[in-house]
Amino acid sequence: MPEKTQPKQIILAAHFPGVNNTTVWSDPRSGSQIDFASFEHLARTAERGRFDFFFLAEGLRLREQRGLIHDLDVVGRPDTLTVLTALAAVTTHLGLAGTLNATYHEPYELARQLATLDHLSGGRAAWNVVTSPGAFFGENFRRGGFLDHADRYVRAGEFIEAARTLWDSDGGDFAIRSAQFGIAGRFGVPRSPQGHPVILQAGDSDGGRELAAKHSDAIFSRHHQLADAQDFYRDVKGRLARYGRTPDSLKIIPGVSYVLGDSDADAQEKAHHIRRQQVSPQTAILLLEQLWNRDLSEYDPEGPLPAIDPLLDEDDTIIKGRAGMYPDRRKTAAEWRARAEQKGLSIRDLIIEVTGRQNFIGTPDRVAAQLNEYVQTDACDGFILVSHLTPSGLDDFVDRVVPLLQERGVFRTEYGSSTLRGNLGLA
Amino acid sequence: MTLRLAVALDSSSFDAPEWISRVRGADEAGLDFVTIEDGFGRHGPDAVLVASRVAPLTRDIGLVPVATTTHTEPFHLSTALATLDWVSRGRAGWQVRVSPDPAEFALVGIREPLGVEDLLAEAGDAVEVVRRLWDSWQDDAIVKDVATGRFIDRERLHYIDFAGRFFSVKGPSIVPRSPQGQPVVTALAHSAAVWDALDADLFFVTPSDVDGAARIVRRIPAGRKVFADLVVAANPVPSDAAVFTGDTEQLADLIAGWEPSGISGFRLRPGTPDDLTSITRDLVPVLRERGLFRPSPGGTLRERLGLPVAVNRYEGAVHA
Repeated sequence: MPEKTQPKQIILAAHFPGVNNTTVWSDPRSGSQIDFASFEHLARTAERGRFDFFFLAEGLRLREQRGLIHDLDVVGRPDTLTVLTALAAVTTHLGLAGTLNATYHEPYELARQLATLDHLSGGRAAWNVVTSPGAFFGENFRRGGFLDHADRYVRAGEFIEAARTLWDSDGGDFAIRSAQFGIAGRFGVPRSPQGHPVILQAGDSDGGRELAAKHSDAIFSRHHQLADAQDFYRDVKGRLARYGRTPDSLKIIPGVSYVLGDSDADAQEKAHHIRRQQVSPQTAILLLEQLWNRDLSEYDPEGPLPAIDPLLDEDDTIIKGRAGMYPDRRKTAAEWRARAEQKGLSIRDLIIEVTGRQNFIGTPDRVAAQLNEYVQTDACDGFILVSHLTPSGLDDFVDRVVPLLQERGVFRTEYGSSTLRGNLGLA
Repeated sequence: MTLRLAVALDSSSFDAPEWISRVRGADEAGLDFVTIEDGFGRHGPDAVLVASRVAPLTRDIGLVPVATTTHTEPFHLSTALATLDWVSRGRAGWQVRVSPDPAEFALVGIREPLGVEDLLAEAGDAVEVVRRLWDSWQDDAIVKDVATGRFIDRERLHYIDFAGRFFSVKGPSIVPRSPQGQPVVTALAHSAAVWDALDADLFFVTPSDVDGAARIVRRIPAGRKVFADLVVAANPVPSDAAVFTGDTEQLADLIAGWEPSGISGFRLRPGTPDDLTSITRDLVPVLRERGLFRPSPGGTLRERLGLPVAVNRYEGAVHA
């Protein structure tokens, strides 16, 4: 009989609400998306809940739809590293993870900034590596849309390697020559508390998974069905051996949302209310346009779906500044139409159903049990919680769910380390 | 109007408590702002991030990091400094720098070194882009209009459409207009080439005596603040600026003697951390006693320095 092992410990991170329709701004409790007090509130709440890290996205250009600045969602956010470094002043153990684009930053400057954050936070810095090809963001930067789509993982991989070379130089001399970079000189930043800030990465494609297996400390995915998530987990962890890595050296942490209620019915009702807030009539049309890839502003959100077909020109999509979401537009449109006809759904009702990202809905007890099940059955190692309200969206989770996870012995009651690496159990 | 006082922090420390203690010391002494030295290839932390790290732990003092325009993206500079203004609640500034050293170009590896004339022209463009981006959101752009479902009024956001010799930037910024609207732009100016090229609010200059200071003040365009740099050191150090070694009363005499030149204030450059302590602990009380310095009641850095409220260049514009 196998010896009874300790249960896996859950990793938890807090995502600052983003500039998309997950974030509800029309609620009276919704606060500023830019005042430092909002960031401070969420970070302090996460630290009170003994979370591993705080997670912040990056803005490079405001989104546009139909050639106009998108105005229906929250718009406007701070510079990532500047806010994270300020948060180091109001927290003591919380990891500080920032999304920073490998296309529109350069290795010397970014490695220096991340090492500075790591020093000034006592070892709590993390970098979520993303790349963006294409000219849209490039219009705000010196080099324009210089990067070919095919080179994006090449650049990301070489960028991470370059950053690690710089961090390993201990402030001394370095020389890097690769396909993307030719740089040399003196780094000027001594080895930081973590040595290497933690590297996070998103990406479901084969190239993205491989990049993560080679370079990343953590990956987040969007597989939400238990079986799909377990497949993803097996696949990604299975890639590690060829890079001489052990399975526990790469953490899998999907971004998820949750809704808590006093009863399961109460939670379902709240979830439905939030979905209606997230999908206003105007937002329903805009989200439909993102699949149809054409102007649908004349359609009634309370009416039936369009009979016309989507436009398939992927080089000229109606939405700019957001990753493509629909690999087969015609097929998805047919599925949506069939579903709407069968259930008698309006455009808005359908969009509420098909674009939902509410993963865990129920009483605190049920949500704690489900989260734990995902981790113990190797669907993931933890979660990045995406709440729908700024800045108070995490309060009820920390007050009501965290204690239940702690009672189950699957989540820390005190921080075990002063560094993020230490708390994540990474070497 | 009494003189304004700043100190230049030139530390290579990566120790957060050390920075906090220094900037707090200057804050508690009532000084108007600190500048934080930086440069690519320099041994030391990123200055904008140091400013951000101390911002939540200080109260009134302005935070003015050095950042080069030679190796950075104007878009990133603009958003980082606007964010510093948000986290400090209106106390952000920027000391513009150009970086001619070929060794710094090699750290970035994208282009060949440029001459100082080109670098200053590029810095002028960068300041223009940074300032336009700061104005690219009107103060009332966030409307949260539930009836129409609109979070912003996009007519109150503006593309900046800058196209120059060195770069093009489309805009608008990702950061809503910050508390000061326009954080305070500063630069060290050894010659007219700098103040002709840069749209700064404040220039640091390095006269060797009161007459030199008066000559520079006459030449710098009206409306700009002029701060004289003065190295304060217990032991002599080589410097581009006048170096003062002596006791507190003698230093106060020197400051009083320069006041008639028309300068707005002094940036004191302590030679060592001990020199910083003697500025905040010994010199400031003497200057206050002699009526040469009085802590400003202003809330934002612009207010402390007596700069006018920054009018948004796009205010009243039809959708751009």
